[in-house]
Amino acid sequence: MLGKEVSATDDFVKGLWRENPVFVQVLGMCPALAVSNTAINALTMGLATTFVLIMSGMSVSALRNFIPREARIVSYICIIASFVTAVDYVIMAISLELHRSLGAFIALIVVNCLILGRAEAFASKNTVSRATLDALGMGAGFTVALLWIGVVREILGSNSLFGIALFPDAFQTWTVMVLPSGGFFAMAMWLLLVNWLKNRQTESQAQTQELTP
Amino acid sequence: MTGPVQQPPTSAWSMYRAIVGIGALCGLLIVTVYQTTAARIRENQERFLAMAVAQVLPAARSTLGVALTEDGRLEKTGEEFALPIFLGYDASGKLVGAVITAEGMGYQDKIRVLYAYSFDLDAIVGFKVLDSKETPGLGDRIEKEPHFLANFEKLDATLTPGGDSLLHPIVTVKQGQKINPWELDGITGATITSEAIGNILNNSATTWAPVLERNAQDFAIVELTEEP
Amino acid sequence: MSELKKYLEIGSSPHVTSGDSVEVIMRNVFIALLPVCIFAIYSFGAAAALVLATACVSCIATEHVLCKVTSQPSTIGDWSVAITGMLYGLTLPPDLPLWMVAVGGVFAVAVGKFLFGGLGSNAFNPALVGRAFLQAAFPQAMTHWALPLGDTRFVELPNSTLALPFAQPVYDAVTAATPLAAMKFDGIQAVNRDLLFGLTSGSAGETCAVLILVGGAYLVARNMMNWRIPISIFATVAAITWIFNLYAPGSYATPAFMLLSGGLMLGAVFMATDMVASPITNAGCWLYGFLIGSLVVVIRFWGGMPEGVMYAILLANAVSPHIDWFIRPRVFGVGGGTG
Repeated sequence: MLGKEVSATDDFVKGLWRENPVFVQVLGMCPALAVSNTAINALTMGLATTFVLIMSGMSVSALRNFIPREARIVSYICIIASFVTAVDYVIMAISLELHRSLGAFIALIVVNCLILGRAEAFASKNTVSRATLDALGMGAGFTVALLWIGVVREILGSNSLFGIALFPDAFQTWTVMVLPSGGFFAMAMWLLLVNWLKNRQTESQAQTQELTP
Repeated sequence: MTGPVQQPPTSAWSMYRAIVGIGALCGLLIVTVYQTTAARIRENQERFLAMAVAQVLPAARSTLGVALTEDGRLEKTGEEFALPIFLGYDASGKLVGAVITAEGMGYQDKIRVLYAYSFDLDAIVGFKVLDSKETPGLGDRIEKEPHFLANFEKLDATLTPGGDSLLHPIVTVKQGQKINPWELDGITGATITSEAIGNILNNSATTWAPVLERNAQDFAIVELTEEP
Repeated sequence: MSELKKYLEIGSSPHVTSGDSVEVIMRNVFIALLPVCIFAIYSFGAAAALVLATACVSCIATEHVLCKVTSQPSTIGDWSVAITGMLYGLTLPPDLPLWMVAVGGVFAVAVGKFLFGGLGSNAFNPALVGRAFLQAAFPQAMTHWALPLGDTRFVELPNSTLALPFAQPVYDAVTAATPLAAMKFDGIQAVNRDLLFGLTSGSAGETCAVLILVGGAYLVARNMMNWRIPISIFATVAAITWIFNLYAPGSYATPAFMLLSGGLMLGAVFMATDMVASPITNAGCWLYGFLIGSLVVVIRFWGGMPEGVMYAILLANAVSPHIDWFIRPRVFGVGGGTG
């Protein structure tokens, strides 16, 4: 199935499912668990991370011949931290309430190992266009994963979605879902589902390969 | 680009070049973003505070930030404090109340609140939680429970005849057992948090109500020169 | 005794491996729990009966379905999961909505037992895992207590019991504070005689200390429970409380009150003695009991919540493998002087 040359679509698509940063690589757990208590928080966190991922991926890729091997980590961190600081200011300018609810986690995007991981593993070895596609795919995968967790937690924990009330007031909210432990529960449920689906996928692939040797 | 390639050690010059170059670029980026967003951020912060002040003291049309001097007097200030105090004036420039920020320990973490003190009623007449990490579903009911918020329509904070302390300390009582106007009707299931609010208000009002009353004369009327 | 094929299937309930089959042990645990259950139904009426039934059914059904899904032979036949369900039901407020009971039951077996490998592998007492989840998810419902011995308890159900799934329960006006909550928040100490005979409000099965002790004594007499664990817990709680009560009688409860109130009796006798999640050696059991006892006192005296038996036992469950590691019999001929 996988040829030698990697298509541009594959650079993008692999982050969504096959190498999904949250559900498959299990990277960036700190924000995935801590700021996914509402869908809007999850979305903002995902988009902010995606932005930093793309910008730092592009910069690292563009400067890859300029950055010497020995100084690469300090350079990557410097680039990532700058974009995170920029995002921090932009979010503050957009909405102070949003910034308060995300708390310290915006600043902690710097240490999201997903971003440094992509810079080191992909952007530093590939062209700007491929690095951008990869970052876009990984960012989208991260955002979607966070959103899934956030949607479950917000519906059960706050009886709303993107801040809009869903069911009548009689709905019993599950307090645990807005607490940190709810992040683990929602995350575990999705991991279970994704792994189950992936297992089925590989099993059916194995079967078709057996049939056509 | 396949397989490990043995590379010669990099020269110091190219390392300096890379690090200083990237540092400069990053610095430029941050300064640019800061410059473009600073005005919006300040605006947001002012709007947020103004909104909170308007909620606790709706009668106020304009506010004046004040600070306590060392000799126990109030003084107009433009500085920003962690726990700011504002005097509120109505449309005609008459002093209607003060908005005070206070904080104290709750069940999970510090709770920061804003409350309004009315000079006419000698009472706390408005209340808003600025910052709290209380348990959702239990402690955070101090922000939305109607009977608890009803406490702040007029919570008595009369001073002693000497004017140096509260006549009756503000205390939290069990839900449904409020008799006196200086008692806070608590919340069943959020006992610790509602007691914390009582303590925060009592401590803060004990300190500030005498100071405010003492200085009210000097600030009774303000020239409306600033924008609202 | 001869059914040796069952020798590895150690259930999640109090007993020792004396060669008895799982069924024999579970039957005895059932007998020991029966008076407690009957008293719960007597005291809280039809609502408690429904809570207990729902708890058992949800636990058994979850176990059965999970066994089928993972293509294993169903393990509900040995009754251990039924005992888990019963114990879980006994720890709940009797007027808890039945749908919450079911949610907690599914969680108890699926997460508390099955995820760890099922029968005999659970790190924590499954019944308490289910309860802890409910406590975190629905704190209001889990701290709402019905009055005991209500007049219409056999003919009428509280509004909250039959709340629709996912709907907020609507409570009747009559509500009560548990003796521990009354002590913590209002400084009112209940009468010891009421606590002993279960004339107070609380979780369905925790109110009557006498019947719990009788059940425990029965299991000890049949050599199906390690008596060191409850004795160690009781002694620790009594000793620490006695010291504080002596020092400041006004602010700290008496030892008798601490022993008889809340879930301490039920927890110490039937939960902490869970063979799978408690230490193996006798010395380890003493230490384990001491740990639970001191945690209970710490949480009750200085914690935010009035009751802490559940968290104390769960924490001690987590530590028990480490207790086993520290206190392990020296292998013959190995180690020597330095241990």
